[in-house]
Amino acid sequence: MITASEVSVGDQLPPLSVRVTRADLIRYAGASGDFNPIHWNERFADEVGLPGVIAHGMLTMGLAGRIVTEWAGDPGAVVEYGVRFGRPVPVPDDAEGALIEVTAKVAKVLEDGTFKITVTASFEGKSVLGGASARVRLPQGL
Amino acid sequence: MPLDQSFAGRSYPPSPPYEVGREKIREFADAVGEASPVHRDPEAARAAGYKDVIAPPTFAVVLSLKVNDLLIDDPDLGLDYGRVVHGDQSFVHHRPITAGDRLRVELHVDGVTTRMGNDMLALRAEITTEDGEPVTTAKSTLVVRGENA
Repeated sequence: MITASEVSVGDQLPPLSVRVTRADLIRYAGASGDFNPIHWNERFADEVGLPGVIAHGMLTMGLAGRIVTEWAGDPGAVVEYGVRFGRPVPVPDDAEGALIEVTAKVAKVLEDGTFKITVTASFEGKSVLGGASARVRLPQGL
Repeated sequence: MPLDQSFAGRSYPPSPPYEVGREKIREFADAVGEASPVHRDPEAARAAGYKDVIAPPTFAVVLSLKVNDLLIDDPDLGLDYGRVVHGDQSFVHHRPITAGDRLRVELHVDGVTTRMGNDMLALRAEITTEDGEPVTTAKSTLVVRGENA
């Protein structure tokens, strides 16, 4: 696990690319309890004017959060995490699915010693989460 | 029909307790691809300083989604759920959600506003143990698209 003394403002976290397929959407629907048909039913998604079946915003949020938890080494270090949902991520009915690319950097050290990490997530080069950030409490180290 | 602005400040009675299970945490961690053993192995979780396996940072949505039904089913609010879009979401963890927790959720409507023909519902779900220990505060904005939007 990374310690506070190893972290500086401006540090980039190791980038993350995550592929999302229809099967991932079904799995997330079951795990989260969000069975909104726009996330699994092409006919319904078309009817309400969406560009096909789209990923749950909360799934994108959860996947993007891994850039922080994997860097910190302890998911319990994340004391705060928030996003705005931007453009939807359409997930085609094929083996490749949609590729979400995530970057993050250490934005500042807050008064209580926690670190603010800003996160970006994009699909086809366009941002899908706005103002995403996490606050992380790291052990002091030696 | 715009939403009734007098709903701002309203709260709903706490939900019945939700018991956090190890296998539910594992299932959720698999669904978001969180690979850490602290989501799966009680020994690894204890070695990391936790009482039992802990939930990934966005797990609290499982609880907050359930209480959103209170709004959907409230005839006085008249929410058309087919027009609802999730605008934003944040979680503040006072401590990690842990297997074995028995959690209650109290839903608060912090604000009802109208912006460019859309209604915005600012919601806050306070997640506590049965004894009232604060665990997670989940805030979200639901956007209700206007008739012409």
